[in-house]
Amino acid sequence: MKALTHLERLEAEAIHIFREVVAEAEKPVMLYSVGKDSSVMLHLARKAFHPAPVPFPMLHVASGWDFRELLAHRDRTVAEYGLELIVAENEDAERDRINPFDTGSALYSQAQLTDPLKRALTQHGFDAAFGGGRRDEERARAKERIFSFRTATHRWDPKNQRPELWNLYNTKKTVGESIRVFPLSNWTELDIWQYIALEEIEIVPLYLSGPRPVVERDGMLLVVDDDRFRLRPGEVPQTRSVRFRTLGCYPLTGATPSEATDMNAIIQEMLLATGSERQGRAIDKGQAASMEDKKAQGYF
Amino acid sequence: MNERPIFETDALIAVDIGAYLEAHQSKSLLRFITCGSVDDGKSTLIGRLLYDSKMIFEDQLAALEADSARHGTQGDAVDFALLVDGLAAEREQGITIDVAYRFFATEKRKFIVADTPGHEQYTRNMVTGASTADLAVILVDARKGVLQQTRRHSYLVHLLGIRHVVLAVNKMDLVDYDRETFEAIREDYATFASEVGIENVTAIPISGFRGDNITPREDGAPSPSTPWYDGPSLIEHLESVELSATTAQDRAFRMAVQWVNRPAQDFRGFAGQIASGTVRPGDAVRIVPSGKVTTVAAIHTFDGELAEAVAGQSVTLTLADEVDCSRGDVIAAANDPVEASDQFCATMVWMDETAMKPGRGYWLKLGTKAVTAMIQPPKYEIDMTRLDRLAAKTLELNAIGVTEFATDQPIAFEPYATSRELGGFILIDKFTNATVAAGMIEFSLRRAQNVHWQPTTITREEHAALKNQTPRILWFTGLSGSGKSTIANEVEKQLALMNRHTFLLDGDNVRHGLNKDLGFTETDRIENIRRIGEVAKLMADAGLIVLTAFISPFRAERRMVRDMLPEGEFVEIFVDTPLEVAERRDVKGLYKKARAGELKNFTGIDSPYEAPEAAEIRVNTVDMTPAEAAQYIIQQILPLK
Repeated sequence: MKALTHLERLEAEAIHIFREVVAEAEKPVMLYSVGKDSSVMLHLARKAFHPAPVPFPMLHVASGWDFRELLAHRDRTVAEYGLELIVAENEDAERDRINPFDTGSALYSQAQLTDPLKRALTQHGFDAAFGGGRRDEERARAKERIFSFRTATHRWDPKNQRPELWNLYNTKKTVGESIRVFPLSNWTELDIWQYIALEEIEIVPLYLSGPRPVVERDGMLLVVDDDRFRLRPGEVPQTRSVRFRTLGCYPLTGATPSEATDMNAIIQEMLLATGSERQGRAIDKGQAASMEDKKAQGYF
Repeated sequence: MNERPIFETDALIAVDIGAYLEAHQSKSLLRFITCGSVDDGKSTLIGRLLYDSKMIFEDQLAALEADSARHGTQGDAVDFALLVDGLAAEREQGITIDVAYRFFATEKRKFIVADTPGHEQYTRNMVTGASTADLAVILVDARKGVLQQTRRHSYLVHLLGIRHVVLAVNKMDLVDYDRETFEAIREDYATFASEVGIENVTAIPISGFRGDNITPREDGAPSPSTPWYDGPSLIEHLESVELSATTAQDRAFRMAVQWVNRPAQDFRGFAGQIASGTVRPGDAVRIVPSGKVTTVAAIHTFDGELAEAVAGQSVTLTLADEVDCSRGDVIAAANDPVEASDQFCATMVWMDETAMKPGRGYWLKLGTKAVTAMIQPPKYEIDMTRLDRLAAKTLELNAIGVTEFATDQPIAFEPYATSRELGGFILIDKFTNATVAAGMIEFSLRRAQNVHWQPTTITREEHAALKNQTPRILWFTGLSGSGKSTIANEVEKQLALMNRHTFLLDGDNVRHGLNKDLGFTETDRIENIRRIGEVAKLMADAGLIVLTAFISPFRAERRMVRDMLPEGEFVEIFVDTPLEVAERRDVKGLYKKARAGELKNFTGIDSPYEAPEAAEIRVNTVDMTPAEAAQYIIQQILPLK
């Protein structure tokens, strides 16, 4: 008799989900943001299909304002595990007009993240896309199904979701429709960190504290990751010991002062923290239901 | 009030995080569901559990305070319910309308809460939430006692196989923590619970708003407001309940094959999540339904081969012999295998706006197998409040009934009472792809479990070879008066001249004999087509080229017949004559009668015709004569050898 721990049960559930999709979908893909949740997802995918290689490509939506360390980690991971990588970006002409300094956050995330994602899904004809969303992240996510249906235009209709019973997932769909699948639905932020520590999963070093050039702006600590960062008058980057709880576009993602340089210290900080992880994301601010609106438009 | 001794290791976080993590790595996981009527304080209770277990961060609390001022129903106090009411539309209405999943943890366990609504019309959501729960917390407002909805929810909880029920008598603060009130509700509920068959009820007096008897107190005493109560707090109880995942290990080994892993010629692994029991290399196993017996060679995982795997784990098995085994099969203990059957009796919960259509084929997914299931009209519907049986011809949204059904191939199963994993199924509409029902298998209708298809010596291929032809079903569909019978007749004549063996099944003729017991309701029309499909299939098995001329207005039925036959054998011929033309001809005078209201359910007038989306052949009788149409059809289907 062996009682499974909560992490073992979550792992087994995620593996089951990965296998169902690969058995039933025609052309799956994994949304690979290179963040901690994506790293856990990739690890679970490797477990699900072992000894076979991961049987679908990784799709990274690159805004052009990604942290350099994140891109390096992505390329290293892809090479190490022999994965197929597809990078989705906004079209060049438009990318020049849009930047995180002048463009409003709603338009910015639509143009740099949501639209390129939708275009890539349509272009490649992917009919199922794994995402790292968790139900504990945000109120609108708590009601999201594990298998979430999108119309041919990638819209989500919260009123028209299929009931999800037992571990039976209905993957039937008509031409053009697609499914977003969230294998980490039932994981919490603490589960993710515990699992990363337990399984020794490599993550982008930005999650660990280190000396980084920082300016403080609108109550957020922003890291000056390259020389495109527009300093406001009087702003001088200072070297501070900071880390990230979440990784988005670098000029929009707030760092937290931290001395946590190993996994246990990160978890310790998280447990003692007083703010939720999305607090550091400028994109999620605004009205309370903003995540729901964005999901309806096709955001992950 | 909230000493929170359940988080006694919290102190470790700051001083020894390593020790803390070690203590928290081996927690178990309990999934439970909360159910109650509107305003029983469900959301408040869950908000309280999240808050007390520190799942709420300051920024969320700030948002909550702002929300409480705007939408709150608790005056100046923080409205915990707003923490868990997810979607914007619901927040404005002040009610939850869907299943939401919440997470919190204590020292001993991690919990996943399915929060489901109390509205009567949302049976669907409650069943969904209950399907994965080990325990149910049934909330009752102390001022109102056991309501009709409490009874419905309890019935559903029992139906879905939840063995542990907590009766949380909430809002005790509003009845001055009166013991008599609590005891009366407890007794009232106990009577009903035993009628339903619920054996294990724990009643707890609580106040979600004030926090009484939610978390344990340091001294183990009940809330000072209820000194007369000597049972556990809600959290203590949730921490001590036995998990169904653990008891599943005591049963015989079963694993539904999800995916066959073949990275190289020399490796053939069967991937799946173990439904019950344990497995070790060397164990004898039987593949169901094929019945082949072999032994487990090894249990593969990413982390190496295992000496043993148990219920709940996702693994990959290799077998000692090269036996036929694929997705949908079940690998089971050889000395105690699962049954396979193609006829069942089940309880079904209808979950779709469109009512059940008896006779129509639905996809049925059970374990990892998807088959076509033909549903019989319900034997009866169940009145959840009075536990009565009602006569029913169909099941509407949120109705529950007992129904028999047949599948197009045998499937491995266990009764739901034994196994949720191999006894629970969903039905999927073949056209809308919606999940329309949840079902729980009661038993197989086959008395002798080993009856399989009688293998006949002369195969269908041999029948066809003797006739020197390829069997086909030429399925003519179209409006009444479109020319189906005329063209089909012409096609048969020409085929006969070519020495082909044919048979024409005509709508009107069949209704004089085989189907004379059927009328023209939607259900009867479906059964009409099903029988014709079966007869046509037998004739095709005998090697014939079968021509059928029926309006057959519904796509689902035409598809059902198509699915019965080998790929390519079913040829759908759409006689695409417009309604105006058919009505103008009105050969049998039927349109006139229908327009006058003398004929009900007439296709094209007051009953829909669903035109084929991808018919193999399309003809009409406006641009071509029947003879030309027949000629065209024959050109399309030759050589037929």
